[in-house]
Amino acid sequence: MTTLTLAKALNAGLRRALADDEKVVLMGEDIGTLGGVFRVTDGLKAEFGAKRVVDTPLSEAGIVGTAVGLAYRGFRPVVEIQFDGFIYPGFDQIVAQVAKLHYRSRGNVRMPITIRVPFGGGIGAAEHHSESPEAYFAHTAGLRVVACSNPADAYVMVRQAIASDDPVLFFEPKRRYHVKGEVDETASLADARPMGVATTVATGTHVTLVTYGALVQTARDAAVAAAEDGISIEVIDLRSLAPVDYATIEASVRRTGHLVVTHEAGQQGGVGAELAASITERCFEFLEAAPVRVTGHDIPYPPAKLERHHLPDLDRILDGVDRVLGRPNSLSGVEA
Amino acid sequence: MTPSDRDATGLLTQSESTRADDFVQLVSPTGERRANAEFDPWITDVDPAALGRLYRDMAIVRRIDTEATALQRQGELGLWPPLAGQEAAQIGSGRALRDDDFIFSSYREHALAWCRGVEPAELLSVWRGSAASGWNPFEHGMAVPQIIIGAQALHATGYAMGAAWEGTDTAAIAYFGDGATSEGDVNEALVFAASFDAPVVFFCQNNQWAISEPVGLQSKQHLARRADGFGMPGVRVDGNDVLAVLAATRIALDRARRGAGPTFVEAVTYRMGPHTTADDPKRYRTDDELVEWGGRDPLARVLALLDASGVDIEGLQRDVTAEADRAAAELRAAVTTIADPAPLTVFDNVYAEPNSHLERQREHYTRYLAMFDTSSAEGSDAAASAPAEGDAR
Ligand SMILES: Cc1ncc(C[n+]2csc(CCOP(=O)(O)OP(=O)(O)O)c2C)c(N)n1
Ligand SMILES: [Mg+2]
Repeated sequence: MTTLTLAKALNAGLRRALADDEKVVLMGEDIGTLGGVFRVTDGLKAEFGAKRVVDTPLSEAGIVGTAVGLAYRGFRPVVEIQFDGFIYPGFDQIVAQVAKLHYRSRGNVRMPITIRVPFGGGIGAAEHHSESPEAYFAHTAGLRVVACSNPADAYVMVRQAIASDDPVLFFEPKRRYHVKGEVDETASLADARPMGVATTVATGTHVTLVTYGALVQTARDAAVAAAEDGISIEVIDLRSLAPVDYATIEASVRRTGHLVVTHEAGQQGGVGAELAASITERCFEFLEAAPVRVTGHDIPYPPAKLERHHLPDLDRILDGVDRVLGRPNSLSGVEA
Repeated sequence: MTPSDRDATGLLTQSESTRADDFVQLVSPTGERRANAEFDPWITDVDPAALGRLYRDMAIVRRIDTEATALQRQGELGLWPPLAGQEAAQIGSGRALRDDDFIFSSYREHALAWCRGVEPAELLSVWRGSAASGWNPFEHGMAVPQIIIGAQALHATGYAMGAAWEGTDTAAIAYFGDGATSEGDVNEALVFAASFDAPVVFFCQNNQWAISEPVGLQSKQHLARRADGFGMPGVRVDGNDVLAVLAATRIALDRARRGAGPTFVEAVTYRMGPHTTADDPKRYRTDDELVEWGGRDPLARVLALLDASGVDIEGLQRDVTAEADRAAAELRAAVTTIADPAPLTVFDNVYAEPNSHLERQREHYTRYLAMFDTSSAEGSDAAASAPAEGDAR
């Protein structure tokens, strides 16, 4: 076991993937000499050379589009989008090309492309640097969408994403890049938990709290705080947003009878909407209350000084827990 | 690592792509006036007094830029993208514009905001993280600065198309960097502008770097030469020469106003500071390069030229320094006047018309804040003043 930050764990995972498979190439803006603005690719160009770790011209459509061509040629491109808000110039290539080519080629062409995206807020950044665009991609057939939340998962999941023959949108919780954790660099991928499987990170009996990315830590903190009030929260780290591991969530909700989903992204058409609907369909008779979503507001990401009024935090998550449990002093009665 | 290691991938080295001898230069780095039959007629009005005013502009924006960087270092601003080194490119072009011309800039054109009379607080509020943006675009003829690289080139083109379709001779100008020329939006803008003879000036500040990427990665030839392929003139000027920039921009604007269509101006300059205050340029460029470009300073050459023209440059410098210091002090004072936004303003301006969905969210969040204390809904500090989580519940 080594203690690594989440960013360093990703770095180690990428290094391992580059070493294991010569068809793996990293592409992106400032990922080579600079090592990425978050230093996730630090040192990799020096180690593997400028043809494996490629600083590209400044164009997201260019990066993703050429990754498609490289995939046609048998490469496994790992693309870095510098910040969440800069993925949109590459959106067409992702949803119309990367996502659909296996289908359009009647299964003949694989798109084993990994698109790494630092996502989410909480770092006091300028506009377009704190977005949570995951729902657009979860909505798109042909893409897998995952989000890591801790160094150990980051190390394994990034390699799993690269090994996947389907394209993967890989969301990295940028405000947790510096969080440290134990990473087992000797573990083989064969033994690892598949990236499509969710993890129960805290067990509980009253409420199932589902989240992903940066809010996993916040949800755990909420569970600890609630325990002092005698409320037992089960926290599930979704890990895979598409497809969702419903088996894990269903089993939990059958026991707790209550579901709260929290994410930084807005509520409308979000991952939480899908989870709430699907769990209601699948576990209706087990639910004691309507599922509750605790999300960012349906607004453009606000200026840094307002972001704490946008992002779900411990208090807002606990308020959601109160609502789902119908506890006094909650906002139950008010529809969100 | 130096840019020359790009040889391995066959890309131009930086020095090749920025040879200083193939651009228009009217004032050499040491202040000699170079005659140019095509450009000189466009600046006949620039007497020593006018040149002194250009110097004043450049000195003041440099001082404002330094002060803003200091404010960021002191925690008053979240981020600041310095313009240092690009004073001539920005002032020379900015002072070529007419008041009714519309500016579509990136994040670095603070000197354009200066030319347009933007108040210090309006300049800083966005970088302080206090507002979505500073000034009202229609009050200053300058759009909301653009962070999405290249997007504004299309906006400038559309604005110019509109101005022409209305039969006016107003022009638009798009500011973007060398890196931006790789984005689809910029290339699409060039196509649209050419197809519609749009009265727009594409003003590219080639400051040699896009964060850590040298311009040689974006282009194998001078950026200005691309214009030809799009069907418009491209002109490459010494971007550290305020007179060359002024003349080139005036020529481009004249062409636009005559209905002759767009022009691409490549101003060859250098970003003397970091990409932003969050950047560490030591990781990707050498001190030698800084020294080299330091020798091409946009202000020093103007001073030398004024000196040679018999202007009392010591007096000028004294006056300008005093004025620049005042501007810096105003900037510093302005920061403290920027109020923290009230919590519920997060719901403002999302839509122009009432929106039932968002109204419900606002109502919900208002009640949520009210659980903490009565003042929090209006105050700017609800979360900070909120009681511990246990009490809140
Ligand atoms: C669409 C998009 N992709 C990436 C970025 C991140 N980014 C911000 S500035 C920058 C470099 C821009 O370089 P250039 O166009 O030369 O302008 P300069 O900063 O040198 O003024 C990059 C990659 C962004 N803001 N928008
Ligand atoms: Mg640049």
